[in-house]
Amino acid sequence: MNTEQSSEQSTYPSKPLTRFITDKANCWQLKEYQDLGGYDGFKRALTVSRAAVLDEIKASNLRGRGGAGFPTGLKWSFVPQGDDAPHPKYLIVNADEMEPGAFKDRLLLEKTPHQIIEGLLIGGYTLDADIGYIFIRGDYYSAIQHIEIALQECYDNNLLGKDILGSGFNFEIHIHTSAGRYICGEETALINALEGKRAIPRAKPPFPQVAGLWGKPTIVNNVETFCNLPHILNFGADWFKSLGRFKDAGTKIFGVSGRVKNPGLWELPMGTPIGEIIEHYAGGMSDGYKLKGYLPGGGSTDFLLAKHFDTPMDYDEIGKQRSRMGTGTIIVLDDKYCPVAMVLNLVKFFAQESCGWCTPCRDGLPWAAVLLEKIEQGKGELADIKQLEDLCKFAAPGNTFCALAPGAVEPLQSALNYFRDDFEKHITQKSCPYCEPIHSETTHD
Amino acid sequence: MTLANEIPTNETVELSDVEKAQIDTLLLKTPYASGASIDALKIIQNHRGWVSDASLLALALYLNLPLADLDSVATFYNLIFRQPVGKVVLHPCDGISCDLMGGQKIRQCLNKQLKISNGQTTDDNQFTLIPLPCLGACDKAPVMIANETLFELIQAENLPLILNNLIEEKST
Repeated sequence: MNTEQSSEQSTYPSKPLTRFITDKANCWQLKEYQDLGGYDGFKRALTVSRAAVLDEIKASNLRGRGGAGFPTGLKWSFVPQGDDAPHPKYLIVNADEMEPGAFKDRLLLEKTPHQIIEGLLIGGYTLDADIGYIFIRGDYYSAIQHIEIALQECYDNNLLGKDILGSGFNFEIHIHTSAGRYICGEETALINALEGKRAIPRAKPPFPQVAGLWGKPTIVNNVETFCNLPHILNFGADWFKSLGRFKDAGTKIFGVSGRVKNPGLWELPMGTPIGEIIEHYAGGMSDGYKLKGYLPGGGSTDFLLAKHFDTPMDYDEIGKQRSRMGTGTIIVLDDKYCPVAMVLNLVKFFAQESCGWCTPCRDGLPWAAVLLEKIEQGKGELADIKQLEDLCKFAAPGNTFCALAPGAVEPLQSALNYFRDDFEKHITQKSCPYCEPIHSETTHD
Repeated sequence: MTLANEIPTNETVELSDVEKAQIDTLLLKTPYASGASIDALKIIQNHRGWVSDASLLALALYLNLPLADLDSVATFYNLIFRQPVGKVVLHPCDGISCDLMGGQKIRQCLNKQLKISNGQTTDDNQFTLIPLPCLGACDKAPVMIANETLFELIQAENLPLILNNLIEEKST
């Protein structure tokens, strides 16, 4: 029984996304990747029909790892197929990681560029796509370098270009290094950036699956989403579903930053309880600090507290606690850092990164930043809190063009709920009750 | 051409052969010239340090794109500089994960040592200070990017040495 289990473990990995990351300095290169079974998933895809691959991905229950958690197979099923379908069709990797507190994609980009390319190839084959783009953050220098080399390795070994591995499938991949701006992570803004325009989100419909880049069918998925595909093809949808500890399928790269003993990234099953990630993997709080709260999935998710530690990191379960899984990178707020200052930092970021297209975001977020700064400096009034609550409502989903502003006010609205006494204390004692005062910084605007 | 009147500039600039060759490579990969505009602006900036009105005009003429369109793009993205910058551009992170770990103190030390505010360049044109949000290395906070290098777990007392090395690296 024991031997059977261990042999099964070696065949079916429990940590697929990071299984190619070894101690070897060049583990990210083609030979090392192939030695460990790299591109087997793609080769397997080539042996079955496009429809069969799509069915496998649908059956796997893979959900988008960029933050929204939309089912990947379903998203792909809207792409026009068949002889009448418009070409070229585009497939884009969203590697524009810029969410405050998110650092998971960097790991995959630097250490597993071939895993991403293989995911793109599987997607390209499934959707009969012609061109892939890797839209990567311009500041990720070593990741860019690794991807450029990896792409060249693929062209040199007939894994990209014409008639790939004799299959008749043609596919090319370009890399676009972004010139900055958080909004480029929004898929339609990203498409506008690729077209050489200001990265302003587009109205939907039409959805990118039908009319995206240059008006052609386009799929945009997060880095980590693409990285799951080779393994789903290799080991099957049932295996993938069995990885999760709760309802959602697969594993996820979780991370913790802030005043914890061991900040970092870990590939863990979906559904791993929040408390286990913070206390066990991140080692709990650093000496002398206590946990006050945390953002479970990066800078645009609502605060949760220690009482939510049992919640599994599953899209719907975190949703039930009125927050979001987001990127799965947890930001921990300790008891010595001012919650108003934390929210101010985040709101300032989102105000700066707003594309300026719609009013609640362009005018609402800077106004919220002004009010928060006032409160933080001890010059606030109780009426400011009401005003902040109103601004959160104005920026709610449905009132804005894209998800930036609704995400931006999530930490604010939850801080007003959980840490209200901190806001009020700033106002009544006319100063920040936390030790390190916040001095206003001069910005370059 | 009327284009020239859109931005008043007395200076005229010709794109170099190297710049033109690099931009031509971009054009091969995109069905429309505008698709090359962001990367082309980066090429100009790599060669000239920043994108002046005159070089913007030269690029617009070369790509046959409206100057206003190109300028709207050039002013939107935060890694395209429409003003001259110093030899070394410092990008300390001002994301929340860095600030929780003392990132603001690091930025204030930089302000003090260089005697400039954020967005400014030192009088000797050595340093420009442009904080960037979350540089994606939150487990190593606080961090900074300069000369395409990521500096992790920065401590204020190490800043003079880091700055010194950065300038030496650029000079050699």
